[in-house]
Amino acid sequence: MGAITAAGLPALLPAAGLMHDPGTTGRFGDFGGRYVPEALIPACAEVEEAFRAAWADAGFRRDLDRLLTVYAGRPTALTPAWNLSAELGITVLLKREDLAHTGSHKINNVLGQALLARRMGRTRLLAETGAGQHGVATATAAALLGLSATVFMGQKDMARQALNVHRMRLLGAEVVEVTGGSRTLKDATSEAMRHWVTCVDEAYYCLGSVMGPHPYPWMVREFQRVIGEEARAQCAAELPAAIPDYVVACVGGGSNAAGTFAGFAGTAAKLVGVEAAGGAAISGGKVAVMHGHRSYAIQDEHGQILEAESVAAGLDYPGIGPEHAHLHDLGRARYVTVTDDEVIDAVRRLARSEGILPALESAHAIAWVLRAARDGELPPGATVLVTLSGRGDKDMTTLMEIS
Amino acid sequence: MTTTTVTGTAVGPRLRERRDAGRKLLVPYVTGGVSADWTDYLRAYADAGADAVEIGLPFSDPMIDGPTVQEASERALHRGATVRGILADLRAVRVDVPLIVMTYYHLVAREGHAEFCAALAEAGVRGLIVPDLPLDELAGLEQAAAVADVDLILVAAPSCAPSRLREIATRSRGFVYAMTAMVTTGERAELPASAGEFATRLRAHGDLPVVLGFGISTPEHAAAGARAADGVVVGAALMRRLLDGATPAEAGAQVRALRAAMDEAHG
Repeated sequence: MGAITAAGLPALLPAAGLMHDPGTTGRFGDFGGRYVPEALIPACAEVEEAFRAAWADAGFRRDLDRLLTVYAGRPTALTPAWNLSAELGITVLLKREDLAHTGSHKINNVLGQALLARRMGRTRLLAETGAGQHGVATATAAALLGLSATVFMGQKDMARQALNVHRMRLLGAEVVEVTGGSRTLKDATSEAMRHWVTCVDEAYYCLGSVMGPHPYPWMVREFQRVIGEEARAQCAAELPAAIPDYVVACVGGGSNAAGTFAGFAGTAAKLVGVEAAGGAAISGGKVAVMHGHRSYAIQDEHGQILEAESVAAGLDYPGIGPEHAHLHDLGRARYVTVTDDEVIDAVRRLARSEGILPALESAHAIAWVLRAARDGELPPGATVLVTLSGRGDKDMTTLMEIS
Repeated sequence: MTTTTVTGTAVGPRLRERRDAGRKLLVPYVTGGVSADWTDYLRAYADAGADAVEIGLPFSDPMIDGPTVQEASERALHRGATVRGILADLRAVRVDVPLIVMTYYHLVAREGHAEFCAALAEAGVRGLIVPDLPLDELAGLEQAAAVADVDLILVAAPSCAPSRLREIATRSRGFVYAMTAMVTTGERAELPASAGEFATRLRAHGDLPVVLGFGISTPEHAAAGARAADGVVVGAALMRRLLDGATPAEAGAQVRALRAAMDEAHG
């Protein structure tokens, strides 16, 4: 592949129109929006206004950049997966978000939102969490910035991610067990939004993924954009063609994928989002309005949202962020699924070949690369950037039970 | 497109007529499909002095509902309740009070605005509340509801800016649903004094009845609500007892007690 030229971009997609500001209505094509009770409209509008001002403020950007550098450990490394690449006959580069402070990409977004909350005069952060990575990141930022934190977590996830529950409590956060519905991320999110209604004046809702009412899908993507921008510069240094042929990331709500794709949306790289087979909003879902936005979600024949089923708590979510729905409809990104069995194999394979233990969520992206290389979908010699969104330490209990 | 048969009692004219005659409005709630005999509760409410009845179409992810209505929704869904099934049940019911459906926007949007509103009207439902559809996203449904002769009732919150309250009061049909406080649905120990002030602010914007809801749990709350506004919605307090086994007759007695307290308060 040669240098990046305008001619190399898909004709339909002017780079300037893709993964940019969705405007005041928060629309990504037909998706997004702000579907919340009137009670929450002022709070959403206030977050949007504050974010627009902060994002345009060089002082805010400088404060955030400094935290990302000296506190979160950015830039994260781009590690060639030497052994795996040799075995597969392709070039695999790993964007190492697992090396960020607290063990995943979630810290990028949380530091941004926590600074914003403080700037808005809020004293408490609310968050939902699935695997606990966003909850831990929120508890961490709250501790650092002198805020309190309340994290909503499904009963099922509290059991399977007990280590992260203890981490959050050690960091001083209150963890609220959610016993309704699926007892996973879906109902933790609903409960966090309900709680937000009761405390909008004092608390800031620190949403963990590219979902929810406008401005959250856009704002969270902007805070995660750092992944894609760093990776783009690192790929330029690492690869003869500067841009990888494929850019791959796992997708639950889709924040690490959105941040990664944002760095490559205007290039010729093929974008691939990997969903859990048991929570495949795009591959198996239909249009839905849930958790404040319009996107895709898995649902029954009567429109009731189904419970996702995945070994990875962070991907155990029936929906997907609205911008991913838009990228899918445009054909700019492709969304695929892998099974729990493929994911467990991918964890073992990466651990043995590279000495890197990925989170179960991140292993979805690896699992697709393994399958696509085997099936010939990834041609020999292809260059593939994979965002390794988090590390697998939190999953040891699950992995021990499986083996 | 087939012609829609509009049946049922219109919400706006009936409530306005009663309000103008000096009566305080009582709107009890039941989750559709929560039990095999759920429409018997509806009849019991009507016989006990309800001025309208609100029927919840259960959704898997009820964003503004607290634990009691969540539990009722889960029970109804577990029993196999569907939008079409509940509307079919309603077609078999004849009561002389307006029927109002409350549900979440996903269940409306997936049917299509016009189709959903027509299905309501055919089932005798003449009012609709969609709490997660704010003004900014309202236009399409607003138009479809008007065409189908269904009053789209808007929910106003104490957090709303004055300009927004004015727009809600202007675009709402039937009545204005005023949240008593920044809470989810559910029983509360106290009715905050600010609820009355909020109702007064809303009444300044027009002539629609203003009905307070969210947390109205006891006859005392209902009486206080009736003094502060044109009426009250009572949901979780009825559903809690229904979930704990209250029969339609017992639910009717509970509504009668609310009615009596409101009539007495109003003199």
